[in-house]
Amino acid sequence: MAQRLSVAKTYKLYIGGAFPRTESGRSIAITDTSGKTITHVCHASRKDFRNAVVAARSAQPGWMGRDAYNRSQILYRMGEMLEGKGEEFAQLIKRTTDADLRTARKEVEASVDRLVAYAGWADKFSQVLGCHNPVVGPYYNFTVPEATGVVVAVAPDEPSLLGLITLMAPALCSGSTVVALGSEKHPIATSVLGEVCATSDVPGGAINLLTGQRDELIEHIANHRDVNAVVGAGLSKKHAAALRMGSSENIKRVRIEDSVDFYDDEACESPWRIEPLVEMKTIWHPSAT
Amino acid sequence: MADRRAAEFTTRSIKTSAKEAGLRLALSMVDLTTLEGKDSPEKVRSLCRKAVTPDPTDPSLPTVAAVCVYPELVKVARAELDKSEAGKKVSVASVATGFPSGQYPLEVRLYDVRRAVEAGANEIDMVISRGLFLAGQRGKVFDEIAAVKESCGDAHLKVILETGELETYDLVRAASDLAMNAGLTEHDFIKTSTGKVNPAATMGVTLVMLEAIRDHYFKTGVKIGMKPAGGIRSSKQALHYLVMVKETLGDDWMTPELFRFGASSLANDLLMQLARRRTGHYMSPDDFSEA
Repeated sequence: MAQRLSVAKTYKLYIGGAFPRTESGRSIAITDTSGKTITHVCHASRKDFRNAVVAARSAQPGWMGRDAYNRSQILYRMGEMLEGKGEEFAQLIKRTTDADLRTARKEVEASVDRLVAYAGWADKFSQVLGCHNPVVGPYYNFTVPEATGVVVAVAPDEPSLLGLITLMAPALCSGSTVVALGSEKHPIATSVLGEVCATSDVPGGAINLLTGQRDELIEHIANHRDVNAVVGAGLSKKHAAALRMGSSENIKRVRIEDSVDFYDDEACESPWRIEPLVEMKTIWHPSAT
Repeated sequence: MADRRAAEFTTRSIKTSAKEAGLRLALSMVDLTTLEGKDSPEKVRSLCRKAVTPDPTDPSLPTVAAVCVYPELVKVARAELDKSEAGKKVSVASVATGFPSGQYPLEVRLYDVRRAVEAGANEIDMVISRGLFLAGQRGKVFDEIAAVKESCGDAHLKVILETGELETYDLVRAASDLAMNAGLTEHDFIKTSTGKVNPAATMGVTLVMLEAIRDHYFKTGVKIGMKPAGGIRSSKQALHYLVMVKETLGDDWMTPELFRFGASSLANDLLMQLARRRTGHYMSPDDFSEA
């Protein structure tokens, strides 16, 4: 019997619930730790980014309009699907990064747990961040947090899966939609994460995943007027400055962290990671007295 | 065949300065439209201001071709446009003849037209009686179009075929020929749709109508205009249509006097793309007023 040829997966972008190739037709070679090319992923262009923002914007009202409990279920479902694909992620991370299998598995497990943690926050963060304000007069006065809109997440190079999920989950649980630029050095986890999203009842456009180069895209992320917030970690000083500068024009919210210990659950699963991505709305309501 | 030919027009690559010229031309061809039961005088005034100054941050942009409203709002629109020199050159188009169904007695429809013209409409967008046309009473439809044309006086006439209800391209072609032969004069239009029926304008339907216009021109020497309306929302689509007009009818038709887009949301997309070219930044729809 002839030897079977293995069927390699084509990794694509994830935009608007579909898996398009980059409009630019470019690709990035992925090598294993010995330097051998094992596959290619899409090299997204500014137009792919633009399309992703359009998809995220159109999905945003629907995602925010779902009740918090439903968003929680969907994030939890993502955790379930990620758990199911855990070994695939772990093997890919081991093959393409310096991590050994034990470390790779630890990263996947932490990523699942992080999704579950933010699934929990979806219907609770508003109680923590919101408040009842004392006012003079016969009124109830509440302040409640609402999603800011479209959030762009610029993921750190490492840990490629856990870093990406830690940046995305606070935005998603609070009702924003996300366009994420995955790890530039190790993009493969970003490409596979699209498969998790597509099978987790995540509505098309709520999560959009790009693989590409920060040098090309940062300027367009910073200057895009239909983006409401940018989160990033592990970025160069130049990129961080470009994001802050461009964001000032349409007053995007910006949260860029230099170094994050993504395995510090207390810091990475805190509602204060949600707070920079919400707008506070204050409501006056007549009281009965 | 028409669909296949029409699809070819979407494959042209139009970039940089050619794209900018196309976007500006498309903007100058827009009939900025509001046809809703809830239209108020203030919404129409706001639309008129947008027609004259589409983007206040870019004074180099052209005005749109016309503002398209219901007859009751013609007076309001004309008065607002006449406040500026640039506005005086913007036409007021009024849908009439019992828009959008046309299912009213002919006298009522003709009165509708005369009233709109008296109120200051420069262009009348009429609907044909699709019921009569499909029932084979084409002579009656012909007579009705001729009667409406007469009632228009100096106002230009646009004949809406409502192609979404005509079922086949053969009937679209037949209705186009019928309308053009019913006394339309130079710079009158045939128009695809009311925007109230799905499907509205498509590339295929527009191509069939453009070819009818071309044959009519070869036969009579009269240049009839074309107005696809409904469903054209993106700049990319608008450029596809311009390519189709250029490659079917030639440069003579690349003017607002002979080609229009009936659209409400297209203008903002054109403005977003033009601003993106000017500033280098992707824009937000929030940066542009809805009316």
